[in-house]
Amino acid sequence: MKQTITQLIPVFGLLVTLFAGPAFSQEGRGLPELTISGLDGKEVNTSTIDNQGKPFVISFWATWCRPCIQELNAIDEIYDQWQEHGFKLIAISTDDARTRHNVLPMVKGRGWEYAFYLDENGDFRRAMGVHLIPHTFILNGSGEVVYQHTAFSEGMEWVMFDFLMELLE
Amino acid sequence: MISIKQKTYPFLAAAVFLAGLLCLPAGIRSQELLSDVRIWGNFELEARYYFQDSLIGAPEVPEKILMNGFANVNISYSGFTVGFRYESYQNALLGYDPRYRGNGIPYRFASYTQDNLEITLGNFYEQFGSGLVFRSYEERALGVDNAMDGLRLVYRPMDGVTLRGVIGQQRLFFDTGPGIVRGLDARVGLHSVFPSLANQTGRLTIGGSVVSKFQRDMNPLFNLPENVAAFAGRLNYTRGALNLSAEYAHKINDPSAENNFIYKDGHALHIVTSYAVRGFGMLLSAKRIDNMGFRSDRNATGNDLNINFLPPTTRQHAYSLSSMYPYATQPNGELGFMAELTFSIPRETILGGSYGTTVTMNYSLANSIHRDRIHDTIPIGQRGTEGYRSRFFRMGDEKYFEDFNVEISRRISRGLRGLFSYAYIAYNQNVIEGYVDKEMIFAHILIADMTWRLPERRSLRWELQHLSTRQDKQNWAMAMIEYSIAPNWFFSISDQYNYGNNDPDLRNHYYTLGAAYARAGNRFALSYGRQRQGVICVGGVCRQVPASNGFTLHVTSSF
Repeated sequence: MKQTITQLIPVFGLLVTLFAGPAFSQEGRGLPELTISGLDGKEVNTSTIDNQGKPFVISFWATWCRPCIQELNAIDEIYDQWQEHGFKLIAISTDDARTRHNVLPMVKGRGWEYAFYLDENGDFRRAMGVHLIPHTFILNGSGEVVYQHTAFSEGMEWVMFDFLMELLE
Repeated sequence: MISIKQKTYPFLAAAVFLAGLLCLPAGIRSQELLSDVRIWGNFELEARYYFQDSLIGAPEVPEKILMNGFANVNISYSGFTVGFRYESYQNALLGYDPRYRGNGIPYRFASYTQDNLEITLGNFYEQFGSGLVFRSYEERALGVDNAMDGLRLVYRPMDGVTLRGVIGQQRLFFDTGPGIVRGLDARVGLHSVFPSLANQTGRLTIGGSVVSKFQRDMNPLFNLPENVAAFAGRLNYTRGALNLSAEYAHKINDPSAENNFIYKDGHALHIVTSYAVRGFGMLLSAKRIDNMGFRSDRNATGNDLNINFLPPTTRQHAYSLSSMYPYATQPNGELGFMAELTFSIPRETILGGSYGTTVTMNYSLANSIHRDRIHDTIPIGQRGTEGYRSRFFRMGDEKYFEDFNVEISRRISRGLRGLFSYAYIAYNQNVIEGYVDKEMIFAHILIADMTWRLPERRSLRWELQHLSTRQDKQNWAMAMIEYSIAPNWFFSISDQYNYGNNDPDLRNHYYTLGAAYARAGNRFALSYGRQRQGVICVGGVCRQVPASNGFTLHVTSSF
């Protein structure tokens, strides 16, 4: 009997949690408070990431991930249009100790002008529920996640652009 | 079959109950409080139906269907976070360690953050510096998970200073290893700490770690150290376009199954420098590893219970044929170098074309370290001795791996993008895969990857790859076509053909048909085909994959 009650405690807790009505998922939520680092090694709190009231995109990528590079290349080609409307892309590298040193030469060499950060221990990735990359989040001007997507194919950069424009309106 | 462990259950019960209580007053009294409660996580299921296929050596699978699955569930409220991962292996997919078996909750934690202090109880992942003395991490594609189970403190007393402390045991499938791991790490950004440096253009960050493990000595033959410590110091200097990182680690003698129970101290040095300006990036790295295997069980082998991570200084290839011969770090000794150059040729130039071109060149080499006998009568690596002497800067005679590759990427026209790549790889099977009588493989790989953009956000991508070698299974050709409709649909068909195999009976096709649907945080993929026997590596850690034939369903979801 005692064991049964013990087993029911988390079920009860979970039900209370569910019916108390917290919003599920990333949608409608701000960014968690975690520490990542810039390419210059300076630590940054993820909750401070914003775009001065304009919508923005956070993309999790890695130097060895081919579709991630396709995505960053494709957005780069229309990034002038993104910037005209005040949109920004924040690229979070999930590279580990093997490849994190390649991030700076790669992004500079390719001439990408996004804001880059390193999430070497994967804390931010785990806190955002990211498993496969590229995994992209669109946030509104208040810094709340309103859309997310895994995988990339040509044309996705325009899908994101349209979504950002809708948020602007 | 393994059920939720007794020691896990009370922890989970308390965590979920607490989370529920946190929400209770919110649910009753205030919608505003509710908005602070956050529930998130992700889910993955990969199931494969296997057919026996004697042509490619795919074995009969008695279960017919095998499945790996997991779900992470996390709940946070006002600096307090609890979470767990439920894992299910029914049974583990071929190629994964069969010790992943049944169901359980091998990962659960509670953490609290207040005034720059973060406390974690239960499981956690952490890394000191580049991981030369400590890295607990997961790589699900490989089935590697050495999560710590214990306590972690992270304190940031002032801007630019981070102190970390960890203690616990490491995950070993649905159990923990026998050793206890303790570690401290400090990281100081001098630029932030000393106001006098704030105006300097250079930014210097230094760090230091000490990690020790404890494991009882039950060995009847040797007197083994029960406590083994490892120390590491590191620095990172950035000035304008220049960046320099260096880390040195030293480990007290640690006889183990990995080093054949020699009583020799371990060393590791990793130096990376880069220079990067817009349109040009260069990286040079050098690494020396000598007897740096460090595990929380001295008898562990394979990918079990590694305390540290020794990053390979070689390129991680992304195409199927160029990644056929991947390199894995040799913890017992290795000298490695890598140089990488990335540059853009501007648009509207002869070489750059109308849309610009990006070129990446990379060269890497991994070699044995120099080893000398400690005495004329004692062979190198003799069990129970100091093993060998090694001169720090002298290279050994045996090549482990060499890779030269060039990749050119450009948009050819408004609707067509192309990537062309060549790679030369030398691969020492005996060292990397543990054989004794295999020959060195020399392979040349050519790749063309074209993406044709179609109207209405559709695209057609095709890959052509060729690998030529006189060794191993000789020549391969590969073709793939992928049709996608952004943002949701992907369809692909591919074939790898071992047409050059010296044995005509083994000139096999490895065909695959697949479709995937991605919407928001969900992705469903279904495929049918043959998987060739090989090695899958991520981050320099590898696992063998047996040949197989069958249907695969892969579902991922983030919520």
